[in-house]
Amino acid sequence: MPAPAEFHAGFAAGLRGGELPPGLAACPAEAAEIARRFAVYRNNVAVSLVAALARRFPVIRRLVGEAFFDQMARIFIAQHPPHSPVLLEWGAAMPEFLSGFPPLARHPYLADVARIEVARGAAFHAADAPPLAPAALAGADPAGLRLGLHPALRILPLDFAAVDVWARNQPGAAPRPIDIARPQIALILRDRRLDVPVRAISAADRLMLDRLRAGRTLLASAEAAAATDPAHDAAALLLQLARDGALVAPADGVLS
Amino acid sequence: MTTRTTLGLGASLACALGMAAATTALAEGEMEKCFGVAMAGQNDCAAGPGTTCAGTSKVDYQGNAWKLVPAGTCAEIELPAAEDVTARMGSPEALMRDLPA
Repeated sequence: MPAPAEFHAGFAAGLRGGELPPGLAACPAEAAEIARRFAVYRNNVAVSLVAALARRFPVIRRLVGEAFFDQMARIFIAQHPPHSPVLLEWGAAMPEFLSGFPPLARHPYLADVARIEVARGAAFHAADAPPLAPAALAGADPAGLRLGLHPALRILPLDFAAVDVWARNQPGAAPRPIDIARPQIALILRDRRLDVPVRAISAADRLMLDRLRAGRTLLASAEAAAATDPAHDAAALLLQLARDGALVAPADGVLS
Repeated sequence: MTTRTTLGLGASLACALGMAAATTALAEGEMEKCFGVAMAGQNDCAAGPGTTCAGTSKVDYQGNAWKLVPAGTCAEIELPAAEDVTARMGSPEALMRDLPA
């Protein structure tokens, strides 16, 4: 019988598809019976990890098909096993994996869709932050006001129209043509109802958000955006963020 | 020209801030947590960030699982009486009734 630490290491390696660990016993004590029983553990681990990936990447699964996804997931699991028992932290390697997966070489946009799905998981589990009270906004001077963005908020520049693809593959979405080669920028946040919507924003929107996050005033941030796009609608972006509860106190706590 | 643009932008932002404040006030009054009213598997998240607990309640009207409902309506939601005929009501606080075995 090996020492406990060795036995655990051998057992874990065996679960990932290696050889049967030494020190296993079964009744009757036949090699075939031991292998058959150990296969139950091995299968349970694989099935539960595939199910976890299916929950994290529902749109990828819908796009490639369930049978394809489940087979691909087993390859992903072999190459990128979870490093933490906290499964919600697992799967961030999926976009890179999809880019390098030869059977999907003709569908490079899938990596961007996976980036959206990873970011949605991170946004859902991000820290809480109380939205700014209405009194902090009403009557404030835009030239002096500084705003923080909720920790769940994420901005993803994408090479393809993956926001449109994601939206098209939500339950009840109406079919419409997508210009897949058009790059998009995704804005992902966790709204007041704990939903995690995905929206496409303009390059000017992104610039304004980056400036706000860097601690610039509301007016300075909007001016920077207007300088790149004179038609930019800073007010619309501001309203949407307020509605979603995404405006919080700035990092240093000083509003103005 | 630049100055005029800035003035216009500042005014439009000031106006948007007023509207944002109004939206925020509305949005905050919009929904509240209501315990003990969700059907099994239909609850919103109860355990907070770090868990995927939405849809994990095991029994109907589970007392420690909540759903977001329009503010002020939690106690008015019509629920069937429990098996021992005690009346059920939703609550803004977690309840001890209808917990899974």
